[in-house]
Amino acid sequence: MANARKAANSDAAQPNLPFAFRKYTAEQLRQVLHKMYLIRRFEEGAEDAYTRGLIHGTMHLSIGQEASAMGICMPLTDQDQITSTHRGHGHCIAKGADVKRMFAEFFGKTTGYCKGRGGSMHIADVTKGNLGANGIVAGGIPIAVGAALAAKKLKTGNVAISFFGDGANNEGAFHEALNMAAVWKLPVIFVCENNGYGMSTSTERSTAVKNIADRASAYAMPGVIVDGNNFSEVAEAADAAVERARAGEGPTLIESKTYRYRGHSKSDRNRYRTKEEIEDWMANRDPIALFEAELKEFGIIDDAGIEAVREAVKKEIADGIEFAKESPSPEICDLENYVYTEVA
Amino acid sequence: MDVAVRELSYAQAIQEAMAIAMEQDERVFLMGEDIGVYGGAFQVTGDLVERFGSERVMDTPISELGGAGVAVGAALTGLRPIFEFQFSDFATLAMEQIVNQAAKMRFMLGGEVSVPVVMRFPAGSGTGAAAQHSQSLEAWLGHVPGLKVIQPATPHDVKGMLLAAVADPDPVMIFEHKLLYKMKGPVPEGHYTVPIGKADVRRQGRDLTIVATSIMVHKALEAAAALQAEGIDIEVIDLRTVRPMDKQTIIDSVKKTSRLLCVYEAVKTLGIGAEISAVVAESDAFDYLDAPIVRLGGAEVPIPYNPELEKATVPQVPDIIAAARDLAKGKR
Repeated sequence: MANARKAANSDAAQPNLPFAFRKYTAEQLRQVLHKMYLIRRFEEGAEDAYTRGLIHGTMHLSIGQEASAMGICMPLTDQDQITSTHRGHGHCIAKGADVKRMFAEFFGKTTGYCKGRGGSMHIADVTKGNLGANGIVAGGIPIAVGAALAAKKLKTGNVAISFFGDGANNEGAFHEALNMAAVWKLPVIFVCENNGYGMSTSTERSTAVKNIADRASAYAMPGVIVDGNNFSEVAEAADAAVERARAGEGPTLIESKTYRYRGHSKSDRNRYRTKEEIEDWMANRDPIALFEAELKEFGIIDDAGIEAVREAVKKEIADGIEFAKESPSPEICDLENYVYTEVA
Repeated sequence: MDVAVRELSYAQAIQEAMAIAMEQDERVFLMGEDIGVYGGAFQVTGDLVERFGSERVMDTPISELGGAGVAVGAALTGLRPIFEFQFSDFATLAMEQIVNQAAKMRFMLGGEVSVPVVMRFPAGSGTGAAAQHSQSLEAWLGHVPGLKVIQPATPHDVKGMLLAAVADPDPVMIFEHKLLYKMKGPVPEGHYTVPIGKADVRRQGRDLTIVATSIMVHKALEAAAALQAEGIDIEVIDLRTVRPMDKQTIIDSVKKTSRLLCVYEAVKTLGIGAEISAVVAESDAFDYLDAPIVRLGGAEVPIPYNPELEKATVPQVPDIIAAARDLAKGKR
């Protein structure tokens, strides 16, 4: 782009730019947009495949939460580990998963990340450090603390991230895990993606404190609130928390305030919130639209560039679905595989 | 090469196994409530913290769910934790991590990971600790594919099975009867393993098979010795592993004796005895039976505090003698 302002790593050079535009290169930022679109189109593709009966079971879509997943994963390496939630497709993509193998998993095929044994709710990509989505609310939080304990004991320098929703903040596992992480000063970051509702129950009705980040003070760790729909703001908080964790200074709780456009799962009739509320978020606070506007404002991309990203993503999604359709199903005779480690 | 064999208590044998495991593998560490300077509620970890330091003999807060989850996460990412529950009853607080996470992680992820965690559960009645500190919940966990569940009955076996558990790539749950902790027996020095999934015929006999678990093995052996005087020759099988169960040893024995008595401390109904009975009923050993199968298990009550009531809740030697005698003499 002729008029592109080159993203610089020096704060002094562009003091008024948002964090991400100071920290990351234009190419990295365009990649972020690409992945945010990949998450959204993946969710839409999965939803469509479900509607057409190609995917069974249920699924929890993260449309509207793309900036949160991307911002948190931005400072991570493939060796850093995450635990995710039932609403975990975005985290999986943000951490580097291949949508082909994700679709294959949703279609229950052997080429899927879990060889068709896990599906949407257990999607994982261990080679990229994703220890898996989790069907149990707050189930992954202590596991992330365990990963952080391993990182500390093995001196790997890695950090662990636990994504969870607002609903998880009222589970005992959340409190036990935060306490232990703080007592042992572990390199773990707790990321609460507060989308306002645990299934149908709003945080106002379920949670005694105003902000979930307020819980952090009970465990003597920083509690940071960010606009979860603002990529740069999320990335900045993640960057600081990761740096703190790697420096051995202990855990951070980040509350990423966001919104899911779709219902909790496929059984949701959306009776607990208004159409106006949903439309307001979609029209005025869409994370992709907000990020695109910034990218354009700072000359990182133009309309043609955005169109090219959309086209590339469209093809990736189509290819992914095709790959999933053509992949083989597991053999019934292999039903009992993977329950225990096969001993040679 | 001669290996020295000493008399050690069951608790000492566990402690020695954990020490050997930690000496041999840097990844092995202990987690639990008050296992450090306190030495554990039953002094099983004892002074290990002085030898290995508080990083490897880690006191946890009183957080069974979170603590178990941390152990699962650490096992998933390269460590070999041995997690001590202060009482097996507290497994109820951690069922989520044990049943939903540890047991299923490998399967859910299509074999991409394993969870080499060992969990130790001091179990059973006889200490006057009443209903919430005396249960035998091994069948609960035995019901879950993905877990291995063991109940070593002797100092020799608990050391060898614990070392086998630490080496095992999958989650292993060890139920240790609290009344066994002080029991002494021969234990070889150094590293050895006793296989998980293999029962042991503790006593050969012709007239009747008793399949017993944990402390009931010793009670069954006592009953068998008493009945020998009456000319009743009893075979006693120590099941040792609840899951995966060693069906063949049970079947072979019943084919020889034609009579089966199951003895276990946990609540009788829907328990290990039902499974053992079904193993025989579903096999060709069924045709060899000369009498109905008999189960002796815990009464259908929570464990009471009063010592006489407590004793009456679980099978005692006279109960086993009476049941075995009736069964052997065809009074059933």
